[in-house]
Amino acid sequence: MNTMSNLAILGGRVIDPAQNVDRPAAVLIKDGRVEEITARPLSKGPEGYEVIDAAGLIVAPGFIDLHCHLREPGSEHKETIATGTAAAARGGFTTVCAMANTDPCPDNAAVVGDLLRRIERDAAVRVLPIGAITLGRRGEHLAPMAELAASGVVAFSDDGDPVMDPDVMRHALSYATGLRGVVHGAQRRLPIINHAEDRGLSRDGQMHDGAVAARLGLAGIPGEAEVAMVARDIHLAELTGGRLHIPHVSTRRAVEHVRAAKARGLHVTAEATPHHLTLTDVWAYGLHGETPHGLSLAAYDTNTKVSPPLRSQDDVDAVTGALADGTIDAIATDHAPHAMTDKVCTYHEAAKGINCLETAFAQVMSLVLGGRIALPALIERMSAAPARVLGLGLGSLKRGWPADLVFIDHDAEWTVDAGLFASKARNTPLDGVGLRGRVMATICAGRVVFDARAGLALPRPGNPRRAGDSSGGRT
Amino acid sequence: MSSDDVRRALARIAHEVLERNDGARDIVLAGIQTRGVHLARRLAANIERFEGLRLEVGALDPRLYRDDPEAAALHPVKPTELPASIEGRPVVLVDDVLYTGRTIRAAMEALLDFGRASRIQLAVLVDRGHRELPIRPDYVGKNIPTARGERVRVRLAEVDGEDAVVLLKPESQEAR
Amino acid sequence: MDDLRMESRSAGLQPSPVQTAPSGQSVEAGPTPILRSGRRDLLDLDDFSPEEITGLLDSAEGMSEVLSRDVRKTPALRGKTIITLFYEASTRTRVSFEQAGKILSADVINVTTEASSVKKGESLLNTVLTLQAMQVDAIVMRHPHSGAPYLVAHHVDAAVINAGDGTHAHPTQALLDMFTIRRHIGAIAGKRVAIVGDILHSRVARSNMHGLSKMGAQIVVCGPPTLLPMGFEPGRIVPEGHPFEGVNVAASADEACEGADVVMALRIQKERQDSGRLPSMREYSTVWGINSKRLALAKPGALLMHPGPMNEGVEISSDVAHGVQSVIREQVQNGVAMRMAVLYALCAVKREGGGG
Repeated sequence: MNTMSNLAILGGRVIDPAQNVDRPAAVLIKDGRVEEITARPLSKGPEGYEVIDAAGLIVAPGFIDLHCHLREPGSEHKETIATGTAAAARGGFTTVCAMANTDPCPDNAAVVGDLLRRIERDAAVRVLPIGAITLGRRGEHLAPMAELAASGVVAFSDDGDPVMDPDVMRHALSYATGLRGVVHGAQRRLPIINHAEDRGLSRDGQMHDGAVAARLGLAGIPGEAEVAMVARDIHLAELTGGRLHIPHVSTRRAVEHVRAAKARGLHVTAEATPHHLTLTDVWAYGLHGETPHGLSLAAYDTNTKVSPPLRSQDDVDAVTGALADGTIDAIATDHAPHAMTDKVCTYHEAAKGINCLETAFAQVMSLVLGGRIALPALIERMSAAPARVLGLGLGSLKRGWPADLVFIDHDAEWTVDAGLFASKARNTPLDGVGLRGRVMATICAGRVVFDARAGLALPRPGNPRRAGDSSGGRT
Repeated sequence: MSSDDVRRALARIAHEVLERNDGARDIVLAGIQTRGVHLARRLAANIERFEGLRLEVGALDPRLYRDDPEAAALHPVKPTELPASIEGRPVVLVDDVLYTGRTIRAAMEALLDFGRASRIQLAVLVDRGHRELPIRPDYVGKNIPTARGERVRVRLAEVDGEDAVVLLKPESQEAR
Repeated sequence: MDDLRMESRSAGLQPSPVQTAPSGQSVEAGPTPILRSGRRDLLDLDDFSPEEITGLLDSAEGMSEVLSRDVRKTPALRGKTIITLFYEASTRTRVSFEQAGKILSADVINVTTEASSVKKGESLLNTVLTLQAMQVDAIVMRHPHSGAPYLVAHHVDAAVINAGDGTHAHPTQALLDMFTIRRHIGAIAGKRVAIVGDILHSRVARSNMHGLSKMGAQIVVCGPPTLLPMGFEPGRIVPEGHPFEGVNVAASADEACEGADVVMALRIQKERQDSGRLPSMREYSTVWGINSKRLALAKPGALLMHPGPMNEGVEISSDVAHGVQSVIREQVQNGVAMRMAVLYALCAVKREGGGG
């Protein structure tokens, strides 16, 4: 839209965990910012406001993804900022943090500057870049972290390449203690996010080291590859007073280390992905979690290959419990789109990663349906919590904050069809799986970026006018 | 055919084989797996009883030579066990039912891989007609006229616990 | 004379097989087919029934007789094309399949890594789709990655026969092992089979565990703890719920061999020492190698087997490898018969897109 419309969202159940709100209410949006959550539901909008009917829907703060791969620049055949953020919008995400494994990698301000220009031009939702910890993500020499902080990164990570040298990791944590971010909110310390995998233990492993690996004859990655690294990094954070964030926790023992670190008062945070919260290594059989008597042709489902690998049910239970009790702060997608050729190959050859943005909410909604976590808490783990991890002034419908909202039909049943993804990639093990709970619309900074009901399933990234049309047509 | 009919037919065939082969000294009786092998053994026993002559008996599985490999390959291949040499010797192929002649054609081809027999003859317990190849039996236990849809089932004590020949009429045939 | 006994419809004759009899060919009566209907591939034994395995072993008896003839040729697979696609060097297995195919008159084309476009970086899938376009009836493949034949079978019409995939399965080896056992000591059910060595990386062990357990054998495995799969603990039985539940994991090689009807030694790769899972080949030989002293613990007349190629003096001592209890050379010969049975059962069928 040319000028930002004022919006009145009526008839919904508003859940804003950061403000402890869970009640029928109207949300008024003015100039792209939240004006107020009304005390009582309104029957019609105030003068000059376009009305959005949210009857039967949950209205919540837009989701924030701490960890996704947009692949641009460098691997635009897998995903671009335009397609990745379109997928994000469909998944209810209004802010995504772009992981640093692009080519060139964001280990200097010039690359970050180029990235920000691309984001400005193409992104359908807010994209916050993550800078590299070390030059070229090689784990050897620190990147110019102060320069990166000033250029607008929200965290540091070498993404899938763990900083194996403990001395380098120690210095990274130490060096970053003095660095503050510059976007979206108050001064805050920028976290170091280190892929928790001891490569000496994971070696050429292809999947979780368990009974399924034994059956499939695939080299295993023991959970201890993660546990050892998590333990090391926590001790180094304690040594340096550094700010550590642990990505995609997948094991019971890693959860215990995080819990103990928090109990000691360390500023350590952690995330878990929808797949590590809901899927196990059994999915490698390709039968949506069933164990066959004899392997079928669907076995060795390369779409289940991910780092860290899908673990045992015991691990999933532990990670889920940790999400519920707050030991794990946030849900992050680790959205990792891959081209067909990266996945239509042997398990050994397949790239690691799961396309997650568009299924994330419905996946973790199963935890609510299974009684593992309350819906407001789940929403908190996807909005206020990740904002808190990064110290961002986002993730809540507070007066004056950016109007980032998601509309949820928590009862809607649907079947995943990867062919309909807005993402360029199709690599999900959930294709054809029935899920319950669906994102119906997404508003980012006051603009409708996705609306399933208007049939405009694909917002035109980088063209907010088109996205605005959809809201205009609904009045 | 009753068990007595079967017994009598096999006795007659044994005499015929002796007659037509001038005493049959060199003959190899090659039964076609599975029931033909048992019939060949019985013929050999008859001949030994009548003439005190012990003929060599073999077993032949023509499966790998059949012209319908799709159907043939559905079932296991059985070993073919023939005397050390059939070169220059008369061979009598023995089978339970002669129908299209295709099994016999395959059996002859299989036999050729073991050497050049001086001649090949064919003995069957039942000839039910409907030949699809130019093949004619030398010895027949009984000619049984049949319709194509019918099945002739030879039951032998060694395999089935009793001797009998049964004509099975399919339901659909009766209905017509 | 009551020469014909007519059986009425109540005699239980099903009309359908008679009606479908093609061109008047006599219909196979009674026995059920070897393979379940719809089976196209041999990827592993885990989805085979004991009846299917028995049928294949029976057929191998017939094939074994063919091997003993002067004219070792039958026209069974005339006009069929079989490709052996080997991404790993293995002269013995490839030659075994090639010989099996040729004795059955199939055209056998060997594609090896040197000759194919593998070196040019062409993907496995593109390679097999190209081969498929040439109307092959069967692809016999060996690949260093577990599961590769499943990927191929998913995308081609040709029968896919797994000749060894990574550290997953080697079903024809397991079949020929069972065939060899059956020929020597009869029914497999109830026999105690000891498998000693690198269980973790052994596709032979995996396929044998599936096959032998289906046939009712009692399986004892043994090896260095560093070379056992997850869930295999020395001195314990693999617990319920595990894919190999019920397998007995012996605490020592002596214990494994004790009272065994069959002792199977596995090849130990030099890489295991290099990767730090074994201190030395010498130590392996002392602790897990099969020698005359260990073999003496097995039942009198127990069979000694090895999938080959052997490291004599490491996993197996030369005296027992060539001793009276060894059936290792016979395994090789039985391999050809077993593969003939497999090729015949899977290639003779008509399939769309293949064969022409």
